[in-house]
Amino acid sequence: MATGVRKSWLFRNVNAKIAALPMVLTTLVVFVGGTIWTVVYSFTNSKLLPRADFVGLAQYERLWANSRWMQSIENLAVYGAFALVFTIVIGFLLAVLMDQKIRYEDTFRTIMLYPFALSFIVTGLVWQWILNPEFGIQSIVRSIGFESFTFDPLYNPDIVMFGLLIAGMWQGTGFIMCIMLAGLRGIDEDIWKATKVDGIPTWKTYIIVIIPMMRAVFITVLVLVTSGIIKLYDLVVAQTSGGPGLASQVPAMYVYDYLFTAQNLGQGLAASTMMLLSVLIVLIPWAYLEFGGKKNG
Amino acid sequence: MADLTSAAPARHGVLEGARGTRPRRALSGRNIMIYGILIVMCVYYILPLWVMVMTSLKGMPEIRLGNIFAPPVEITFQPWVKAWSEACTGLNCEGLSVGFWNSVRILIPSVILSIAVASVNGYALVNWRFKGSDMFFTILIFGSFIPYQVMLYPIVILLREMGLYGGLWGLVLVHTIFGMPILTLLFRNYFSSIPEELFKAARVDGAGFWGIYFRIMMPMSLPIFVVAIILQVTGIWNDFLFGVVYTKPSLYPMTVQLNNIVNSVQGVKEYNVNMAATMLTGLVPLFIYFVSGKLFVRGIAAGAVKG
Amino acid sequence: MTNSIEVKDLTLNFGATSVLKNMNLTVAEGEFIVLLGPSGCGKSTLLNCLAGLLDITDGQIWIKGKNVTWAEPSDRGIGMVFQSYALYPQMTVRGNLSFGLKNARVPAEEIAKRVARAAEILQIQPLLDRKPGALSGGQRQRVAIGRALVRDVDVFLFDEPLSNLDAKLRSELRVEIKRLHSRLNNTMVYVTHDQIEALTLADRIAVMRGGIIQQLDEPHTIYNRPANLFVAGFIGSPAMNFIKGETVNGGRAFKFGSVTLDLAGYEGGAIMDRPKAMLGLRPEHLTILDDAIDGATFPATVEIDEPMGADSLVWLEAEGKQISVRVPFEHRPKAGARVHLKVDIAKASLFDETNEQRI
Repeated sequence: MATGVRKSWLFRNVNAKIAALPMVLTTLVVFVGGTIWTVVYSFTNSKLLPRADFVGLAQYERLWANSRWMQSIENLAVYGAFALVFTIVIGFLLAVLMDQKIRYEDTFRTIMLYPFALSFIVTGLVWQWILNPEFGIQSIVRSIGFESFTFDPLYNPDIVMFGLLIAGMWQGTGFIMCIMLAGLRGIDEDIWKATKVDGIPTWKTYIIVIIPMMRAVFITVLVLVTSGIIKLYDLVVAQTSGGPGLASQVPAMYVYDYLFTAQNLGQGLAASTMMLLSVLIVLIPWAYLEFGGKKNG
Repeated sequence: MADLTSAAPARHGVLEGARGTRPRRALSGRNIMIYGILIVMCVYYILPLWVMVMTSLKGMPEIRLGNIFAPPVEITFQPWVKAWSEACTGLNCEGLSVGFWNSVRILIPSVILSIAVASVNGYALVNWRFKGSDMFFTILIFGSFIPYQVMLYPIVILLREMGLYGGLWGLVLVHTIFGMPILTLLFRNYFSSIPEELFKAARVDGAGFWGIYFRIMMPMSLPIFVVAIILQVTGIWNDFLFGVVYTKPSLYPMTVQLNNIVNSVQGVKEYNVNMAATMLTGLVPLFIYFVSGKLFVRGIAAGAVKG
Repeated sequence: MTNSIEVKDLTLNFGATSVLKNMNLTVAEGEFIVLLGPSGCGKSTLLNCLAGLLDITDGQIWIKGKNVTWAEPSDRGIGMVFQSYALYPQMTVRGNLSFGLKNARVPAEEIAKRVARAAEILQIQPLLDRKPGALSGGQRQRVAIGRALVRDVDVFLFDEPLSNLDAKLRSELRVEIKRLHSRLNNTMVYVTHDQIEALTLADRIAVMRGGIIQQLDEPHTIYNRPANLFVAGFIGSPAMNFIKGETVNGGRAFKFGSVTLDLAGYEGGAIMDRPKAMLGLRPEHLTILDDAIDGATFPATVEIDEPMGADSLVWLEAEGKQISVRVPFEHRPKAGARVHLKVDIAKASLFDETNEQRI
């Protein structure tokens, strides 16, 4: 760099730096700054407006003593566990079926994926109608002779989360199927030929050879589904409004209510910090595996 | 030696035993299972759309009597008309058209702004790296995993400071911010597949930052712009949370208004109107989906594949 | 010698496109056959048909006297080696070698014995507990060969096994495959687009184009007596010179422009008078002379030369045509020199341009 006069690093490619300004501001101010602000103010006693009146862990103690929060966590855990297992299993099985050189593949994919284009509000409202005990599935089954048939998840606190699950799976499994299918298609065709020459049955090839080779795809799906579960909000608002009672409350709803309607900012921020923590628990090991591993090899 | 030179040796005549394609039955157990499961799953996926459309075409008396899966005996478009122009949220009975036009007014600037910003970001990240540019990108991608709830209130403060809180442009800004990670990733990956030599040649020819962007990168990247538009139109149209938080009721987007109409506790429930309203709200993304086909798949897959 | 592989009237269509056309091929036991041709000629397709990985449209495939047309790949008595190695990434080398055998319920001690033998032959004993990701390209391909080896089969199928390797490794493994063949004496069918591999490895080469075997013969014959214009042009680097002309004097001479060459000593069929003929001359079958010999030389002007190490490829102009001649480096003429080219007619190839076949 000794030849001629060079501009200092600050003014080199100045256009590029101006162009990148929105990204820099978004990352620094909103993502980093906003997150830090939320964490910091979750330790305050803010009510309607943020006040730097620090009260230590008081908001968190109140949070974990709050039965509505506990119920929300429990609901989300039930929904999350089932959604995770079902989404991945069904998504993978559908992808495997789609990968059998079937006819009308495009038609099948179009049908399975269209719910993903719809909003959770539309999804929730449609399933609210189908699961309506007076007119929906329950009444149809009863009308064909099964008088005592009961299936009213939206009115039964014990199974309301499964009502949401049916709708959530309807919206999202097609998408997961698409990702899994792309993963299956990405596998070297010679691997399949090699297993055929070795005489490995197809099902065994999927389990012993293909699934381990799709590790990265499964991890991606895991992260996508998990972060989707933690964000679960619109669907509940539309389908059940958190009811009956508190039976389908979820953390995101708790946060919204405390931030914007209950005028208890500190409490809402503490709850959202807990949500952040749960995402980090998933994200950090994933980032470590994906990016930490790359550097070493 | 001469006979070897002829291209096709004599045929073997009659061949005994197995020959040609392996015999296969079209209705093998395997095929029945594959297509059986796929068709059953397709019923699950199609059913809600069917129910939605059928219900929206029935009158209330027929709904009370009949089964929700049956097609209407007497087709009526009244529910659609009512949903569009008369449906009530609270005391306000101007119909869903208000929300529709709000959504359109939010959608257009949001899509343009978010794509403009993200495409330039992606371009700068690939061709004009500067100190720390990769770090910002990494934070951006990780930021997309942070639950929105964490950033909801800080953004309220920011928008209030800027005087945009509750207005249309505040929401446009929020969509631009939250669309940035996925779109930047999309453009970054696409631009890095364009040969670097092209960029170098343009620089040797004296083109600058914007010159290369507008004259070379953009014209070469039309497909990815279409993918980005598909992604943003469906994403922003389907948004609910940001609409509720950052706008006032007169500016509520269609999803918010729909939810308020259907889940309002006042009055008699008109299921046919509700379903017509739901269907109306779903029409825009459904239209995009069915028209765009494989590009839609490409758009959502881009979100799943890390750069 | 019995026949190891017999392909009878094999036809393969993908929809309306015909990929293999009524093909017949017989491979003797212990023979090393190379399928050679440009991409899209059907060579890999034919190999996949032999392996049973593709369903054929018509015809039969016999291996070791058994009709295997409908048999599963694993029941055909074949082992296969792929271009991309196709190793199971999450298994160790030992796991890769033994996976198929375990699945076929071969007793454990037998598996151990076979794996040990394959590892010894391929010298991969130190790698047995590593995973493919930790191996180099050459080592991976050895493991892939080992996987075919442990199957204890008589027929090995190689699908461009060296194409993913760099030039140096490729020539090393080429020798190793040849050594393997001479040690095991299995039947080997080897697909490649690299003519050097074909010429060095094969007992016989099948040159393919458009789903048809153009010529099936020993490498020496393929090189020196190409059956048609395609084979003549495809084989040989630097490529053969082609001179358009006609045969005259009842087939005793070849005439192009103002030059007439005596065809006495040409080895081939009846030449006769053909108005459209093509003389094929390999660069090493031409000699540069200072003086003309009547009927055996034609005048030419030196344009440039390309030194290739020991030899030099000299480009000359004669009768408006570019002709290349291979000469020892120290004997290369100066640019612009006017010389005479002597034709070694006994090694030349003469083609009828109308049907492109060798005369």
